[in-house]
Amino acid sequence: MSQPVLDVQGLSVNFRTSHGVVNAVEDLSFQIGEGETVAIVGESGSGKSTAALALLRLIPDPPGKIVSGSVRLDGTELLTLSESEIRHIRGFKIAMIFQDPMMALNPVYTIERQIGEVLQLHLGMSRRERLLEAIELLRLVGVPAPEERVQQYPHNLSGGMRQRVMIAMALACRPRLLIADEPTTALDVTVQAQVLDLIQGLKDKFGMAVMLITHDLGIVAETADRVVVMYTGRKVEEGSVTEIFDDLRHPYTRGLLGAAKWEEGDGDMLREIPGTVPSPFDMPTGCSFQPRCPLAEARCLSDRPGLETFAPGREVRCFIAGEARS
Amino acid sequence: MIAPPTASNVKEPPVLEVLDLVKHYPIKDGLFAPDRVVHALDGVTLTVGRGETLAVVGESGCGKSTLARCIMRLEILTSGTLLLHGKDISHVGGRDLRAMRRRLQIIFQNPYASLNPRWSIGSLVMDPMRLHKIGDAAGRRARAVELLQTVGLGAEFMSRYPHELSGGQRQRVAIARALAMQPDVIICDEPVSALDVSIQAQVINLLKKLQKSLGIAYVFISHDLSLVKHISDRVAVMYLGQIVELADTSAVRQRVMHPYSQALFSAAPVADPRAAASKRRIILSGDVPSPVDPPAGCRFHTRCPYAKDICASEAPQLRAVEDRFVRCHFAGEPGFPPPAPLSEGKYT
Repeated sequence: MSQPVLDVQGLSVNFRTSHGVVNAVEDLSFQIGEGETVAIVGESGSGKSTAALALLRLIPDPPGKIVSGSVRLDGTELLTLSESEIRHIRGFKIAMIFQDPMMALNPVYTIERQIGEVLQLHLGMSRRERLLEAIELLRLVGVPAPEERVQQYPHNLSGGMRQRVMIAMALACRPRLLIADEPTTALDVTVQAQVLDLIQGLKDKFGMAVMLITHDLGIVAETADRVVVMYTGRKVEEGSVTEIFDDLRHPYTRGLLGAAKWEEGDGDMLREIPGTVPSPFDMPTGCSFQPRCPLAEARCLSDRPGLETFAPGREVRCFIAGEARS
Repeated sequence: MIAPPTASNVKEPPVLEVLDLVKHYPIKDGLFAPDRVVHALDGVTLTVGRGETLAVVGESGCGKSTLARCIMRLEILTSGTLLLHGKDISHVGGRDLRAMRRRLQIIFQNPYASLNPRWSIGSLVMDPMRLHKIGDAAGRRARAVELLQTVGLGAEFMSRYPHELSGGQRQRVAIARALAMQPDVIICDEPVSALDVSIQAQVINLLKKLQKSLGIAYVFISHDLSLVKHISDRVAVMYLGQIVELADTSAVRQRVMHPYSQALFSAAPVADPRAAASKRRIILSGDVPSPVDPPAGCRFHTRCPYAKDICASEAPQLRAVEDRFVRCHFAGEPGFPPPAPLSEGKYT
């Protein structure tokens, strides 16, 4: 493989709280190539959104801190850049879209001004150029009547249209990496299909790398090339989308998939994962999934399993999965 | 008016009947502005049998939550009739309304908002019994412990507070509260969509177990189509305040007949990459039109890929077509709706 667009190595993020230090992300490594979609999958508290914010150096410090690791974008280390240099990366080389477009758009600015701000800041366009480019971007993301929409405010738009506006802003500078944090969770299923279709089409058109954060395994199956499964801040499994769905190794991945593949579950009851995600202040000893794992043995309670590499890009953090292979 | 659609296999009289329910919300634009209304529900008719799960699916703004609130009599009905065990409850008040609410309970989407944070779990579960003057204090306490155990929480939860509980545990408390009244029907308004994936299955399994042992009927409002296909007996698909298709779930798994149902189910992601690669998918253009001014004729014609002239002028009725009810002029014609286009690989 040629040089990946994004190369994350050993990233760890801590939060200091009044109850002690929380390891929100621990020793996370993954890569995303050009034109590739990598899904980061996990439940709330798994550290997937924190990891995304850390890439952009948007972790509030204090209380948060990137304690170790390396984040390279096209070979450039981001964690050692100065504040003004990283600001040039954000929105220009790396763009991010969020779950709730109403929260991410400024309610008192027109769409023209919001998209124009990016164009002015990073590309130094004149006012006239900005207006034309904003209309062009809206047309690109499928907003009907862009000449009129560009003069409107976020509250004039539906949820799907707002998400399109946010995507238009994100794409304004043709970023190398698009981080999509639950981009369709707030949308209806027919609109979700439109937005996912749009992201996928634009990715192919511009050769972007896409980091898709989601908890919906249906979306993963339909859009991702590779999958990173996270649990309590650690990567527990990584593989191609077919490996994850057909040949999964980690009991947590199996549980997630069992809970999601509802229509296929024969019998009356759904397969469930017992218990709940542990509190970050009260982490179990050994493997963090051990209290909920149907296969847990004595060593899972005492020792922490390391990440075992089966093949390039195929990793599992589990004693039992590792042995089943050898 | 059409006859109330019922599942073919339901013999005994339905527990709950909703007949031609209409709910309009007036909008006040100003003193001299013309009166306008939001058409939240327009002529919804359905029945729920004992121990049955009727799923109501549709996108936001289709009226599914308004339907839940109307059935609970939390809204004043514009017109239409609600029958509970054959008794008209559409306009009852006072004591009769309270009696009716014992038979009908509701669970809301967000267990963080539906439980009073200042009350202990014990008080929360005992409160409905207190309001309905069931038993004495000691009896209510014993019953609350029993209910908590039924939903998989121990007696030690009696003295805890909602903030100490996870989302799944809170939803269990909401279920225990609903069960306290021994209802015949529980309206579940998106009961698991605020929960983590691994917790959703736990709560769904609990609801199914309770249904089996207590014979409770569910009106299960959801936008999760794969979940609905798994757990319901019948499915009602709603669009802009109307039911567009009502059928047994087994029939829906085979095929859907309304073009909107087709688009809705084809848009739902399936957790199987190989199925995704050979999936037939319709991507609708545009958004749901405003319920203030719903399109004339068929309400779906503005987004329907198969719309013809008649669809813009004449509103189709919900009518029996083969094994189900469909609101479409062309349903039942051979080869309609045509199969969705095969998507090439993944999206696009």
